[in-house]
Amino acid sequence: MSEKVLMKGNEAFAEAAIRGGCRFYFGYPITPQSEIPEYMSRELPGRGGTFLQAESELGAINMAYGAGAAGGSVFISSSSPGIALMQEGMSFLCSAEVPLVALNVSRCGPGIGGIQPGQADYFQVTRGGGNGDYRIPVFAPSGIQEAVDLLYGAPELADKWRNPVMIFADGVLGQMMEPVTLPEQRPFADPRDIRTRKPWAITGYGDDDARKNVVKSLRMQPDELEIHVETLFEKYARAERELVSAESAGVEDADAVIVAFGTMARIAKEAVDILSGRGVSVGLIRPISLWPFPYGEFDKIGPRAKVVISAELSMGQMIEDVRIGVGKRLPVRLIHRTGGMIPSSLELADRAEAIYKEVAGR
Amino acid sequence: MKPVFAYTKGMCRVDTSYCPGCTHGIAHRLITETLDEMGRLGDAIGVAPIGCSVQAHKFMNVDMCESAHGRAPAVASGIRRVHPDKMVFTYQGDGDLASIGTAEIIHAAARGEKITTFFINNCIYGMTGGQMAPTTLIGQRSTTSQDGRTVAQAGSPIRVSELLSALDGAVYIERVALDSPAHIRAAKKAVRRALEIQERRLGFTFVEFLSTCPTNWGLAPADAMKWVGSAMIPYYPLGVFREPEVEKAV
Repeated sequence: MSEKVLMKGNEAFAEAAIRGGCRFYFGYPITPQSEIPEYMSRELPGRGGTFLQAESELGAINMAYGAGAAGGSVFISSSSPGIALMQEGMSFLCSAEVPLVALNVSRCGPGIGGIQPGQADYFQVTRGGGNGDYRIPVFAPSGIQEAVDLLYGAPELADKWRNPVMIFADGVLGQMMEPVTLPEQRPFADPRDIRTRKPWAITGYGDDDARKNVVKSLRMQPDELEIHVETLFEKYARAERELVSAESAGVEDADAVIVAFGTMARIAKEAVDILSGRGVSVGLIRPISLWPFPYGEFDKIGPRAKVVISAELSMGQMIEDVRIGVGKRLPVRLIHRTGGMIPSSLELADRAEAIYKEVAGR
Repeated sequence: MKPVFAYTKGMCRVDTSYCPGCTHGIAHRLITETLDEMGRLGDAIGVAPIGCSVQAHKFMNVDMCESAHGRAPAVASGIRRVHPDKMVFTYQGDGDLASIGTAEIIHAAARGEKITTFFINNCIYGMTGGQMAPTTLIGQRSTTSQDGRTVAQAGSPIRVSELLSALDGAVYIERVALDSPAHIRAAKKAVRRALEIQERRLGFTFVEFLSTCPTNWGLAPADAMKWVGSAMIPYYPLGVFREPEVEKAV
């Protein structure tokens, strides 16, 4: 039964993953997501699940790979530098087509950077920090409820696409509290019928070695590897069509359009209201899926628009996708803060208004 | 008529990719034949490493997965959580286990993971072409220690069995060699012992095989077998380093 409660983001994320059916969690402490392994260590064992604290993020992602290859429904979480350590595994899971739900409660970088929120992992999560050609669907919630809903649905998506699925929630969402409606618990899958549900999984073949399974990544023959990668990309092309997701408002008759995701989108919504009071009509495009990126949303921008502004908690990473979406139709500008600094809605409104006036020659 | 020697169901009917005189094939057979004799072949899940045995799944007739370099014990820990009643093992070389994978093997042993690790120690990196491994002996030539390994430059070779013996979670550790029929028979007993202890869920089990790499040692297969006895065993003594407390008491 669903229930409405006041929860801290990280704990709500963990609970949503459990309720979505993730029975196995492998984690390693890192700020600002350490409440997740803590919550999992407390909750999972008593609810029929498994918590294991890994020796490192490398350990965690490889435990996740093993459990996923064995047919388990797996959830992992970390934050930016820890996600960087997991990239070896992400590339491997994509190649081996092993499902996984991963959560990045991101902080700022580069290097150790700081522990305050940031969105400078955009390239890391959408372009892939690992080697080779692969894609990971990435969804960026802008509130705890949306994160809960995305996490609840993620295990099914990961299984359907036989691929990792990532939820990219910045540290603000992890650390703040909001009322959320928690969905009802999906039953954990019965390990005894893994072979029926996931006929590719390594479970031990039983009495019939014709059913032997191998989960692998290596393909030594170039022609064989080329076919494998081409096949993966046929899957990604389908995912691109099916998984693209965005929220847009007021873009058809806007003077300017702001593009923002996650926490920055919440701030941008307030900035849009402020600018409306000043007589500037600003539309908002909020990508929910960062890969696949909702390029099609930009076709909705009406003829009045003079500029598109990418607002980011980074030095400007999503702006590269925004430029692809806008093409040569309109100028694309950046408003950013970094280092863990977060602009107020007033600051964002002032800077957007200044850009609009400059571009429009007013 | 009773057969005195038969093909084991544990090995796939394909030629291996290993060099003449390499002992991977012997180790593969000992493991899978033992699983078959225990009636657990269909319950086994293996994890292959990076190295010459990356494609062990083509030769061992059990469910298997590949793993990234050194990560096999973490992968096996994940598999074990999903299938606590199955026989889970990793098969790893010395570059994979003793260098890039030290964190994973030490923590799997420390946690007392109910898995068995089969460790192939041939004192060199095989697949990448004969570079110095953490197990390369002092004075041994490799493509990255061309005048012979020195303590001053690279430190001393790691004795992995002894290192892991310091951990309580590792309940059975034995080092065996694959250089003679007598040693191979002893190795098979160690494999059986390790798998039986895993079956009883007593903790982490580990068998180190002193193995050959004639190609990268620059030796003929017969000379490589002799080198195991003359150079390796003096530095890597054979024997049982840990066994379950419950058994010692008996």
